[in-house]
Amino acid sequence: MTLSRRARYLLGAASAVTLLFIYLPLLVVIVNSFNPSKVFSWPPRGFSFVWWDKALADVGVRHAVWTSVRAGLGATFIAVVLGSMIAFAVARYTWFGRDAVSFLVILPIALPGIVTGIALNSAFSTVLPYVGISFGLLTVVLGHATFCIVVVFNNVVARLRRAGTSLEEASADLGATGLQTFRHVTFPAIRSALVAGGLLAFALSFDEIVVTTFTAGAGIETLPQWIFNNLFRPNQGPIVNAVAAALVILFILPVYLAQRLSDGTSGGRL
Amino acid sequence: MSQQIADTVEGDESLPRRLSATAYRHPRWRLTGLLSAPLFWLGVLYLGSLLVMLISSLWSTDDFTGAIIRKTSFANYHTLFTQPIYRTVAVRTLLIAVGVTVVDALLALPLAFFIAKVVRTRRMKYILVIAVTMPLWTSYLVKGYAWQVMLDRNGAVDWALKPLGLHGPGLGLPATICALAYVWLPYMVLPVYAGFERLPGSLLEASADLGAAAGRTFRSIVVPMIIPALVAGSIFTFSLTLGDYIMVKIVGGSNQMFANIVYDNIGIAGNLPFAAAAAMFPIVVVILYLAAVRRTGALENL
Repeated sequence: MTLSRRARYLLGAASAVTLLFIYLPLLVVIVNSFNPSKVFSWPPRGFSFVWWDKALADVGVRHAVWTSVRAGLGATFIAVVLGSMIAFAVARYTWFGRDAVSFLVILPIALPGIVTGIALNSAFSTVLPYVGISFGLLTVVLGHATFCIVVVFNNVVARLRRAGTSLEEASADLGATGLQTFRHVTFPAIRSALVAGGLLAFALSFDEIVVTTFTAGAGIETLPQWIFNNLFRPNQGPIVNAVAAALVILFILPVYLAQRLSDGTSGGRL
Repeated sequence: MSQQIADTVEGDESLPRRLSATAYRHPRWRLTGLLSAPLFWLGVLYLGSLLVMLISSLWSTDDFTGAIIRKTSFANYHTLFTQPIYRTVAVRTLLIAVGVTVVDALLALPLAFFIAKVVRTRRMKYILVIAVTMPLWTSYLVKGYAWQVMLDRNGAVDWALKPLGLHGPGLGLPATICALAYVWLPYMVLPVYAGFERLPGSLLEASADLGAAAGRTFRSIVVPMIIPALVAGSIFTFSLTLGDYIMVKIVGGSNQMFANIVYDNIGIAGNLPFAAAAAMFPIVVVILYLAAVRRTGALENL
């Protein structure tokens, strides 16, 4: 490259400013969570764990976390099964409509959440009365699974393409049945991609609020919904801040792990 | 070769072997088995839901009971097109989406160029890309909350600007653009970075050898070649902004975006058909946008 020294420094400085823009707000949230003040104030007036303790003991928070975990596990399970099935179909076979299906998988995450939310809401409120199911946790799981499929699909399809088919053919040539080949050859090859996709699907579901809002029944409150409902209550501010800081810190490990395990740098979200 | 062996082991009559031999000879059956469940989910459940939404946007609700009347009419669309308030909010939302996209492009271009063409070691590149993508997975609400803490009156920005005698923009539409640009930034950086990685360094050197200064090379070589990647990123920033109603509630003061109309009609007014009709706005705009950018080759850059 033929950039002048000055241009390099300018680019470096601009990049540093952008990275600061990315991380500064998150840092402010973490620092502010140790602020003992009852009302919002910056800079913090001291250092204490008092709001962390209160957030941990808060019944609403605990209940919401448990709801989110159940919704996330359900959605992740469905997404892992369906996402890897489509990944096999797309990576291992050529068929009419393959490109359309790859597009269809991305659609629930490319369209704004409110579109997916309203669509599922219209469909559920039209169809569910006939089936005898009402809005509840199950409808949340169905909604979340729809947009979680794509991260599992992206991770597994990338792995299958990279792994190729020669090992599976060798296994078949050596007389293994389809099931044996899957258990001893294919599954070990895609295992870490499945884990990465599953972790990220769980993270995606754990963070979702829009689709949840439109598919949850009365009395169901996930953690994002709890945050949103308490965001505008001034006396809940410090607890919301502590929960937010906890989420920033807790998200780092699984997402970092998933990125190490997956083949792309975005972990398959793009 | 493998076909012959599949035939020779057929003598073994155990069930798993017979099954796998059958499956081997009928790839179509295997494919159907693999596709049936996911296609039911995405094709019937998801696309079906979109279809139900489209149909229910033609229905209406009873003014007194709030019950849905399943009779087809274009009344909802007529209201959306004729009431000036909806036009105002639609234009405002489009402008916000354009603003967010421009801000993201301006932030992403130097950063992505720096990572792709200035940073030399692979390891450093990897670290920087991870640093940009990690926040993609941080909670959306936490990011919104973070900008509230930053920009609210007496927030961190006001505090930092005070010694200079300035104060921040406070909560409002600029704050909304800033927070949304923040949330969608990784969606812009990744495709643009990939675009710069594909840009051959020899082209830049050739341009310099022919006497072009850095600015000229940028205008005549870099920009034309990076546009598809920029457009690919803009599909996300644009589409996701169009459908967002939460950020404007957190940092937008009393302002509304178009998706708030959808949300309020479901929540407060309980008018599902009208909400469905309003939700068609982001869909139609996104489809028009996709059709417009198809020629740039952006869709292959996603």
